[in-house]
Amino acid sequence: MAATSGHTIKAFDEDLDRLRALISEMGGLAEHAIRESMRCLVQHDLKGAAKVVEDDKKLDALETETEKRAVQLIALRAPMAADLRDVVAAMKISSVVERIGDYAKNISKRVPLLADRDIEPLSLMPEMAKIATQMVHDVLNAFVERDAEAAVRVCERDKAVDDFYNSIFRTLLTYMMENPSNIGQSAHLLFIAKNVERVGDHATNIAEMVYYAATGEHMPERPRGEDSFTEMD
Amino acid sequence: MIETMAPTPAEAEEPALVDGPPKMSARNVDVFYGEKQALHAVSVEIHDDKVTAFIGPSGCGKSTFLRCLNRMNDTIPGARVTGEIELDGNDIYASEMDVVQLRARVGMVFQKPNPFPKSIYENVAYGPRIHGLAGNKSDLDGIVEKSLKRAGLWDEVKERLQESGTALSGGQQQRLCIARAIAVDPEVILMDEPCSALDPIATAKIEELIHELRGRYAIAIVTHNMQQAARVSQRTAFFHLGELVEYGRTKDIFTNPRQQRTQDYITGRYG
Repeated sequence: MAATSGHTIKAFDEDLDRLRALISEMGGLAEHAIRESMRCLVQHDLKGAAKVVEDDKKLDALETETEKRAVQLIALRAPMAADLRDVVAAMKISSVVERIGDYAKNISKRVPLLADRDIEPLSLMPEMAKIATQMVHDVLNAFVERDAEAAVRVCERDKAVDDFYNSIFRTLLTYMMENPSNIGQSAHLLFIAKNVERVGDHATNIAEMVYYAATGEHMPERPRGEDSFTEMD
Repeated sequence: MIETMAPTPAEAEEPALVDGPPKMSARNVDVFYGEKQALHAVSVEIHDDKVTAFIGPSGCGKSTFLRCLNRMNDTIPGARVTGEIELDGNDIYASEMDVVQLRARVGMVFQKPNPFPKSIYENVAYGPRIHGLAGNKSDLDGIVEKSLKRAGLWDEVKERLQESGTALSGGQQQRLCIARAIAVDPEVILMDEPCSALDPIATAKIEELIHELRGRYAIAIVTHNMQQAARVSQRTAFFHLGELVEYGRTKDIFTNPRQQRTQDYITGRYG
């Protein structure tokens, strides 16, 4: 249940708004980091990749800031009901978004190790990342808007990311089997695909937090995409 | 469902919202002060071993309702109560109900500590004496000691029982009033903002006392302090404009209220 109007104490509203703004800012940085890491991967841009790694420090600092403000808000304003759920969600979401930043950093660190431009799944990767980053974008908007329905829609898209991952996984297995000299590169790409797949998972985790914050109920169980653990026959 | 953590003793003892017959139950209670209607069709239950908190903005009717439960409104000229209020299934507004006996069974503690201008001993002994609960002096001494102990005041006053009750600090006076209420062995204790005139330490002592008394008496408390309601009660009733808006488990009311008006009030959005 959303609030009908502002608090009697205006500074309380400002504190809550500031917390939401911090989450939005973190989300923007994390999305950018994933997109940049993909661009650097495709274009083999070593300088750009190094910048993504460097910029991750900002996300870490913002996470610390969010936690500090949330703890202060709880101590000074004693939030209740939907306000309390919002503040707790903000704390949890900030640590998940920080983790998403870490995935972008991890992908970027692998860029210099992927000199071979011919390896085909490379071209699938940005498409997959596009869906995952859009999920992050939409779920953080849902948090700011306290929109439980939008959060549910984000979860529904995780299957597309999982399908991409499974497809890339199979392709890379084939590559490795065809030519053992591909194994090094393929293993790095497999980690990258897994990282992007985790970004999608984290977006759905955030969606569950948004749903609880907005409604006070836990999101109903939903069918999950199966991770592929295909055995090589 | 996956078990994540064993429930605390406090959680384990309340699996369902309605558990056993209520100690007191009110159905469709209206209260009028002259022409003005102060309460509209209020229905609430008060259970043994539970603290029920009544919250709401000033003038919402929570104290009016509390006072219905031991017929304190009878003393207000022009006050009229309709509907049913039962104690152990008996109508407390029935003509054969002895109001003095009722108030012994349903005791009350007020906002401002109001000890009698008598000794500490006499403050506690007065009720048992007029109700004939003590056969002799040593019985009475026993009741006074037991009541002061239950009220958490004994150690502070045992050396000076003959001093005036009004010489105690505010928090001690309030605990003396609680001792006075429990001296007549009540079944229900009503508290009307018992801590609003006390400092935080004295408040914490009263809250701890409420927690200890909970096993022995059904307790209903009116409070303006929502944190206090959250801390001391297991059930919360939210009143607004003379209506009962929402009644439920305290933990549900404060984390996920069902009614918009409850949500707005407890999050500080009006009032």
